Amino acid sequence: MKLGLVLHELHRSENDLALELLEASERHKVDHEIYHVARDLAKWSQDHVRAIAEIGKQYGQDLDPEPRHEFNLAEKIRERGSDLLGRKSAPALLMLRDLREIYMKASGVSVDWEMLAQAAQGIKHTDLLDVAARCHPETLRQMRWANSMLKVNSTQILVS
Amino acid sequence: MAGKDRIAEPWGTRTPYAVGEEWPVRVDMHLEDGVTADEVDHWVQTASILHSNGDALDIAVKDDRMVGVRGRAEDRVNHGRLGPKDLYGWQANSSPDRLTRPLMRKRGKLVETDWDTAMELIVKRTNELLEEQGSSAIGFYTTGQLFAEEYYTLGVLAHGGLGTNHVDGNTRLCTATAAAALKESFGCDGQPGSYTDIDHADVIALYGHNMAETQSVLWTRILDRLAGPNPPQIICVDPRMTPVARVATVHLAPRPGTNVALMNGLLHEIIGNGWIDRDYIQAHAVGYSELEQRVKEYPPEVVETICDVPAEKIRETARIIGNAERLLSTVLQGFYQSNQATAAAVQVNNVNIIRGMLGKPGCGVLQMNGQPTAQNTRECGGDGDLPAFRNWSNDAHVEDLARVWNVDPMAIPHYSPPTHVMQMMRYAEDGSIRMLWVSGTNPAVSLPELRRIRSILTQKRLFLVVQDIFLSETAQLADVVLPAATWGEKTGTFTNVDRTVHLSEKAVDPPGEARPDLDIFLDYARRLDLRDKDGQPLIKWHDPESAFEAWKECTRGRPCDYTGITYEKLRGGSGIQWPCNEENPQGSERIYEDGKFWSAPEYCESYGRDLVTGAPLEPDEYKALNPEGKAIIKAAGYLPPHEVPSEKFPLQLITGRTLYHFHTRTKTGRAPQLQDAAPEVWVEMSDGDARSHGIREGDLARITTPRGSVEAKVRISGIRPGVLFLPFHYGYWDTDAGHKPVKAGRAANELTITDWDAASKQPIFKTAAASIRKIKLGSGPSSAPTTTASAPVRPIGWETTGSHNVEVQESLYEAGEGGSR
Repeated sequence: MKLGLVLHELHRSENDLALELLEASERHKVDHEIYHVARDLAKWSQDHVRAIAEIGKQYGQDLDPEPRHEFNLAEKIRERGSDLLGRKSAPALLMLRDLREIYMKASGVSVDWEMLAQAAQGIKHTDLLDVAARCHPETLRQMRWANSMLKVNSTQILVS
Repeated sequence: MAGKDRIAEPWGTRTPYAVGEEWPVRVDMHLEDGVTADEVDHWVQTASILHSNGDALDIAVKDDRMVGVRGRAEDRVNHGRLGPKDLYGWQANSSPDRLTRPLMRKRGKLVETDWDTAMELIVKRTNELLEEQGSSAIGFYTTGQLFAEEYYTLGVLAHGGLGTNHVDGNTRLCTATAAAALKESFGCDGQPGSYTDIDHADVIALYGHNMAETQSVLWTRILDRLAGPNPPQIICVDPRMTPVARVATVHLAPRPGTNVALMNGLLHEIIGNGWIDRDYIQAHAVGYSELEQRVKEYPPEVVETICDVPAEKIRETARIIGNAERLLSTVLQGFYQSNQATAAAVQVNNVNIIRGMLGKPGCGVLQMNGQPTAQNTRECGGDGDLPAFRNWSNDAHVEDLARVWNVDPMAIPHYSPPTHVMQMMRYAEDGSIRMLWVSGTNPAVSLPELRRIRSILTQKRLFLVVQDIFLSETAQLADVVLPAATWGEKTGTFTNVDRTVHLSEKAVDPPGEARPDLDIFLDYARRLDLRDKDGQPLIKWHDPESAFEAWKECTRGRPCDYTGITYEKLRGGSGIQWPCNEENPQGSERIYEDGKFWSAPEYCESYGRDLVTGAPLEPDEYKALNPEGKAIIKAAGYLPPHEVPSEKFPLQLITGRTLYHFHTRTKTGRAPQLQDAAPEVWVEMSDGDARSHGIREGDLARITTPRGSVEAKVRISGIRPGVLFLPFHYGYWDTDAGHKPVKAGRAANELTITDWDAASKQPIFKTAAASIRKIKLGSGPSSAPTTTASAPVRPIGWETTGSHNVEVQESLYEAGEGGSR
């Protein structure tokens, strides 16, 4: 059984995605939709981290149920930087890069959930399947959000 | 005949009627001092544009001047009645400070110029920007005050001619959520209900809708039902003690920002008790099981902890709604401008869908509009949609529009939804929108976080064109100001919330060199020499009627089909409801009568969006829902607001519209009776909060949020504890600084947060965390009206009454007599 390994990896990548969303949010505080929605979406990943840690116990995994945090100071500096640089167009390119990163990371997480769900189905572990069925759709929504924000902003940013 | 002070008695005399009967006629008339009805030279047909009701009225003209107004007895909307804004607001047209000549900025100052110079400057800048950057450099932000012909012309020239995706209207601030919620649930904008549903309903639920102040004539209709036999039960959801709340069977006053939780609690009870129409759901809706699952998480006890509304009251409300035989639901800003706006409004649709309460008399949903022409901005392509409800993500629709306009489909931007105003402001802020043309609206007062907005609009690199009738706060920041004609000075049509189209005819000439908005747009298009793909002028019309005919062609076969309407048909009688075409030559009172919706993938206006992330659904995802002609039930979980109270900001601030004023007081502030009725900004707080802050009625207080502060006199009102209310009409045009605060701010939007509903892109004006502190003892009570939601909790020694020449003649007719009908 290699399920533990997948859970371990998923726990890491959900944590990673949550941080990515939070950091991108802070970097683009003046792009208010990104700022607010990315924070809402980070909560989903943080919630997934807790769910994975809980179910992980059944597979001998000792995973931290608390989502990872960054130092508060770094966060404040990024937000302030965003406010100060908000009138320059260079950060706009950075925004596209960040959205792309979120999209890629969420895709990775989505694939992990897919694998886990397949395995859970195979061995008829309904508890695990339930977790995947609850969390995976949210991952897909995170992906679609990043994709849609890329679509909305690319034209303006790249042609101006 | 009886004279009434309609400032003191905003809703006038009762004319009770019973369920299913016709609403009696009462013709309201207000004329200039010293003028009598028989001295009037002629009466000119129009409807009101000072709220979304669309009251039909005639303008009295004497010696080529407007001298008064009179309701139109035969009209289906108001049966002759007018509200205070209608009765007194017309006087603003003849204010001495109307703009009469174009202005342009020279050495920092706005100076008078002529039309040729002003337009050539705009055209030169447009061409430079097209050359340098392309159409992404140019944005248009329009108003709820134009006519359909004007929105359509702007839509064609901006989308089809310049090829910019940046076109939005201030409907975004009022009712973008109404459109979004209708598109989510029914695949298409357009109200399922009709105002006549009030005549038939046995339960009327008003969600965040202070109808008594926002649509006073419609409220009169409800008051008349309440005064008659078998009155309807009224449900009111509002944190304030509004006139609606005072007559409600049940008043729920939830904590601001928790509407989705409340709706889920109601749905939990309705579904749990089986008060649903299973056959209707089965035959006419998709997505029910997801809703059933979702609302299981919201039993009344859980909802009570989120909303601070007693569980028993939630049960009682659900019982009333669940047992209604004819349920009318109406929604407005209390939901639209709050946290999770679209998700909450969609849950209201869900209530009517699962109860099978659609398409029959008394069974309707009115996702209300804030302005009378809001429907037109949404229909004509002035508000983040393609004209005639065409779906920007459906290639066939774009091709069809290109055929109507005779342009290449690639000429019409459709790579993403048309840009909404908050995003446009962001693009202006980062320097990628370099020309912004604002027509008839006032973002320097009406958008959130005003300090930021002022800093964006005053950037040197932004070329700001403002087209208006007064030198508004925004106009004062412009590079070019174009003087416009307004209502009563130009001809066109507009459509109210229940799809009724009215004709508004020109009664008098505009002052000075002011021009109708249509003429300004046509002139701009001509000077830019916009062409179609055969080299012919892109815009082939030249006056209101020919513009209307062009618009009709654009609507052919679409839900908002206008093809059966002509100016001639609109003259003389009553307004006509779309769709009006060969099949429905008299118009259509209700849509979705047979449970058939305009949601088929190839026909629908929108594939919808994720209610939390706002991401548009891809065509395949939409098709997977299998909505072929069915309503779409979308569930939503509750998410807390993005700004919640803290130690430093322990209260919640909501802002809103009030009875005597309209949108930044541009007109109503210049109508003396209306201005005197609510002369200055106030702040409402509850008795308990006032006591704990050591504040008394009339004290001057400073209200602060992380964005700024405002000073206002306190009115101790029936608002729920923990919440402050500021009316959003007050700005600076009539203060010394003109466009910004000198010392203390007074515009509510100094305080509001830059945040919007991800699905509808409507700014959230109703959940800022705030603090309040007394800064000066009052010398008397606040001047806030006593007739409305701002009524004091205990007597303050005076009541709001009219100042002068307020007398309104109300002519009552017995049922069947019907006056001049």
